Amino acid sequence: MDQFVFAAEVVLNGLMTGVMYALVALGFVLIFKASGVFNYAQGVLALFAAMTLVSIQNGQVPFAHLINAALGTQIHHFGWTVPAALAIALTALVMVGLAFLIEKLVLQHLVGQEPIILFMATIGLAYFLEGLGDVMWGADIKTLDVGLPQGISDGIEAATAQWFGYGFFIDRLDLWATLIAVLLVAALVAFAQYTKQGRAMRAVADDHQAALSVGISLRFIWVMVWSIAGFVALVAGIMWGTKSGVQFSLSLIALKALPVLMLGGFTSIPGAIVGGLIIGVGEKLFEFTIGPMVGGATETWFAYVLALIFLVFRPQGLFGERIIERV
Amino acid sequence: MIYREAGDFKTSYRADGQTFPIRLDRWGYYAVLAVAFGIIPFVINDYWANAVLVPFLIYAIAALGLNILTGYAGQVSLGTGGFMAVGAYAVYKLMTSFPDVSILIHILLAGGITAGVGVLFGLPSLRIKGFYLAVATLAAQFFLVWLFNKVPWFYNYSASGQITAPTREVLGFAVTGPATSAPAKYLVCLVLAFLLAWVARNLTRGSIGRKWMAIRDMDIAAEIIGVDPLRAKLSAFAVSSFFIGIAGALLFAVYLGAAEVGEAFGINKSFLVLFMIIIGGLGSIFGSFAGAAFMVLLPVLLKNVLVGNLGWPTDLAAHIELMIVGALIVTFLIVEPHGLARLWRLTKEKLRLWPFPH
Repeated sequence: MDQFVFAAEVVLNGLMTGVMYALVALGFVLIFKASGVFNYAQGVLALFAAMTLVSIQNGQVPFAHLINAALGTQIHHFGWTVPAALAIALTALVMVGLAFLIEKLVLQHLVGQEPIILFMATIGLAYFLEGLGDVMWGADIKTLDVGLPQGISDGIEAATAQWFGYGFFIDRLDLWATLIAVLLVAALVAFAQYTKQGRAMRAVADDHQAALSVGISLRFIWVMVWSIAGFVALVAGIMWGTKSGVQFSLSLIALKALPVLMLGGFTSIPGAIVGGLIIGVGEKLFEFTIGPMVGGATETWFAYVLALIFLVFRPQGLFGERIIERV
Repeated sequence: MIYREAGDFKTSYRADGQTFPIRLDRWGYYAVLAVAFGIIPFVINDYWANAVLVPFLIYAIAALGLNILTGYAGQVSLGTGGFMAVGAYAVYKLMTSFPDVSILIHILLAGGITAGVGVLFGLPSLRIKGFYLAVATLAAQFFLVWLFNKVPWFYNYSASGQITAPTREVLGFAVTGPATSAPAKYLVCLVLAFLLAWVARNLTRGSIGRKWMAIRDMDIAAEIIGVDPLRAKLSAFAVSSFFIGIAGALLFAVYLGAAEVGEAFGINKSFLVLFMIIIGGLGSIFGSFAGAAFMVLLPVLLKNVLVGNLGWPTDLAAHIELMIVGALIVTFLIVEPHGLARLWRLTKEKLRLWPFPH
């Protein structure tokens, strides 16, 4: 019985982690659907967004390290702090600007290239953004606090203690993350279904040329999609950053969105969510049951191996479009 | 006027199939070999060996390996770091288990073991293609690093979890261990890099290389004209992993001397080698060397300029290096998706016509 209750707690926590993975994976799917670009930089976008947010909140001077080194000055802070809501809005603006620049400087010049070239370009972009984030805001680990509640949820602990005689440990932050993720997905789906821009986005995803021929501006759609992806990255960055601090490993967590996508299928928003949940629960359960036997820390690879094995049997993922090959 | 094939009439198939059809190229190649084998070993010092030449040669081998898989056979892999780790741990286990056998044999065996592991992780490539495969190879990367971290047998139960190369000699000269001289390190890497490049060149222009390229260009069409995708893909994985395994073995045994798997063979190594072949040129032997030289020299150069000349802190220089590398990758992909090798080829075309461009 005890084991069963523990396992239930592990599953619940796994589901919450899965939601966080899904949040990152969403950004990938959006860009992949609209522009066919497999955006490796999504994780670094989340890291960059979180770094920018913290630094704006603290009133840090951008490029302080560089300016000090080049000019011999000693500046670090403006000396003010910015309220969370305003900082989030400013960061969202930065992400939109970034999306615009990426489209202008990178994507525009790579139209019509092979997908693999585009993929590698986003790896380059990821390196650039990582360096840029560090140069702009410094590489030290930052704590992010935008006022989201953290710590054990007393209500759930009390309730489960009453039912099972054992109080579940559920982080309140995870509950909030789940709620926000649900809202975000609902908003995205509504946007894609019911707004003019959303329909245009779906049209572009379906067929670039046909979309162009009915007068949809590809460039506008791409800037829009990258902005949305940047915004999703910001949300993911806030969640992960609050959970584990804003640091480089954030972009590795985002790497785990890749197996999530492979499980769910690259082109499917529900796929990203279901995939995230499967991976989240799977890796926590595996670590709980098999982990102690093999030395633990299986979370680093379980997601990838699961996706690998799964793909051998179903190459397009759970909800992906069927891959049809013609000669 | 000199760089011309005029007057170079071929009278045999042998002459027609040579690697360097233009006389000046051939002489240039021999001259590079003569300098590399005849002069550098006598003038090399520790700084040049450790900062530039030895890492260049080792990464050139790794880049050759990845280029065979990605550039020639078209299978994108992000598992290079993991396969290098296999080579390193294989050579470590062999060195410590059979101390009397020559280290050179151990290095080759380590390559063979890595080839086996590579084939194993290459099996899914028969079903999975493109990005999906790239992500699937991440499984190799993370799983292998975890394995070498968690199973004490691989690092001989050492307390630190590190592996340290014991001293081994070739012809009386130490090539691994703390007492290794710079020329010895350099020569071991040079000989292997030379031989492997020769093998790679001849494999890729032969029947098997053509099969790889057919699979890369269009796998279904290749299958229809009689290329067995199973054999072509798995042989590409095997040969590529063999090269990468040897590079990993050299990196650990000759260059680093001691290694901790997560640090020395992490995911960043995979990307580093991938960048080398993108910048150097996909599907080009020369490109593998050019890319390796570029990626090894760039940090040295930036460090000298930013830290040495401008006196900036090292961490800032490292971050700026990241930015520059990233920007370069993107720029290269936009301007010249075929990398340095294509630039080199264009230069040669220009040279051929010079001084009368029309």
